[in-house]
Amino acid sequence: MITAERKPFEEILELLEGHDKVLVAGCETCVAVCLTGGEKEAEILSTELGIKAKEDGRELATESISAIRQCEWEYLDAIAEKVAEYPVVISMACGIGIQSMAERFPEKLVLPAVNTNMLGMPQEHAVWLERCGACGDCVLGETGGICPIVRCSKSLLNGPCGGSHDGLCEVTGPDNEEIPCAWQLIHDKLNEQGRQDLLLKVTEPKDWSKSNSGGPRTMVKEEAKPV
Amino acid sequence: MSDNGLKAGSNLEKMFAAGHFAVTGECGPPKSADYDIVAEKAKPLASCTDAVNITDNQTAVVRIASMAAGYIAAQNGAEPIMQMTCRDRNRLAMQADILGANALGVYNILCLTGDHISFGNHPTAKGVHDIDSVNLIKMYKDMRDKKIFQCGEEMEVAPKLFIGCAENPFGDPFEYRVHRLRKKIEAGADFVQTQCIFNVPKFKKWMEMVRAEGLHQEIKIMAGITPIKGAGMARYMQKFVPGIDVPQEIVDRIAAKEKGEPQQTEGKKLGAEMIKELAEVEGVHGVHIMAVEWEPAVPEIAEMAGLLPRPTLS
Repeated sequence: MITAERKPFEEILELLEGHDKVLVAGCETCVAVCLTGGEKEAEILSTELGIKAKEDGRELATESISAIRQCEWEYLDAIAEKVAEYPVVISMACGIGIQSMAERFPEKLVLPAVNTNMLGMPQEHAVWLERCGACGDCVLGETGGICPIVRCSKSLLNGPCGGSHDGLCEVTGPDNEEIPCAWQLIHDKLNEQGRQDLLLKVTEPKDWSKSNSGGPRTMVKEEAKPV
Repeated sequence: MSDNGLKAGSNLEKMFAAGHFAVTGECGPPKSADYDIVAEKAKPLASCTDAVNITDNQTAVVRIASMAAGYIAAQNGAEPIMQMTCRDRNRLAMQADILGANALGVYNILCLTGDHISFGNHPTAKGVHDIDSVNLIKMYKDMRDKKIFQCGEEMEVAPKLFIGCAENPFGDPFEYRVHRLRKKIEAGADFVQTQCIFNVPKFKKWMEMVRAEGLHQEIKIMAGITPIKGAGMARYMQKFVPGIDVPQEIVDRIAAKEKGEPQQTEGKKLGAEMIKELAEVEGVHGVHIMAVEWEPAVPEIAEMAGLLPRPTLS
């Protein structure tokens, strides 16, 4: 799923400076599941903005609404009436939802309330781990189902660098949390599967043109297009 | 391959070809546009080594480019081994730089992954990692031997390269370290320099595995040595540097001496003793002395280890 984190409140206030009618728009899909931008979180942000405005002695008309999916035209149509009442929409959807909102309602100022950060897997309640880089050329079939593109800090395709120690990466996370070495995991998994030969294979340089390096991508399914 | 059977004809390659035990040093370029610092670091290494590694933005900190510093080293009598990391360049830049370096007379290249960008002085930069070090070796080998770029296009004049790589016998997974060396040999590496060795028994174990696969006959292996300047440095490496294994007895041996000069003398002695011991290990073809910010100590260590004078080859 796509995960996102709410921007710091101060940054949201800066984005909204000078605006006195603001709709907070949540999304009921990925950002709701990752507890960042669903109906409830949109309500909370709207309430916080209202309280802050009151404290500062400012007028602010704000309320919240939520779309089933902000990234689909039909669900944006479903909230169009409410959006029409506000000149400014601060969206709590992922980057795709925010841009869909801006495209569907071009006359509105659409602002982001979240930072979209990764394609993550919910490991346990309230913990998400990055699992996919959407590189457009999946190698999981040769790496024991462990992605070296995003789970190795250097995206190595031919084994671990010299910094792998005790199963850990030489890099630690932003809060100093330990990161498992992807190549230790791949090594262990391929051994377990009896596919050690893959560890000896020299993997060719990756074709990054299939990723964003080739420019923004478009996917068209001709067979599914309406005739 | 050239007419004389050599791939690049560098002094380092000739040293191995003549069956000598090779010696390389290391020079870290400065964090400023200072020609003299590179020249002064290179000079003491010129006469006591066969070639000198020129680091490439080591520890992810911006410094004089390894190509330029390598050129300066050459002007001051030291044959450069230009280091090239996958962190700061994509495949275009890596090929462009090696053509340029080669045209300037740099023939030895060391292909590295590179320390992660988060360790350096620009932690908010984007790490490149377009290709990895195994692919980098292969790309340079194909440029040299097949006269082709990575994309398959041909070139008129191929670079003459003696291609090196690194391996860390103290990294994990331990047994995969030998397999990874095999991959690098298959990709085209001519020589390998190891991470600095403090845990000699573990290195010997690794060499046993290397010999069991016959890899010592397919690549020139240089054992990495870092002379310890003081007990503080030993403790720091023991605790904080990933992939370096410093046994407690080494820390204790240095710490038993007084701080300053006595600890430095002990560090040099220890370095020389280790070189002698490692030179006896079957399959070790040379030693790579990495005296971090302590380049002037290398001649003395080389002398004590019996490595001087260096053979002169035509």
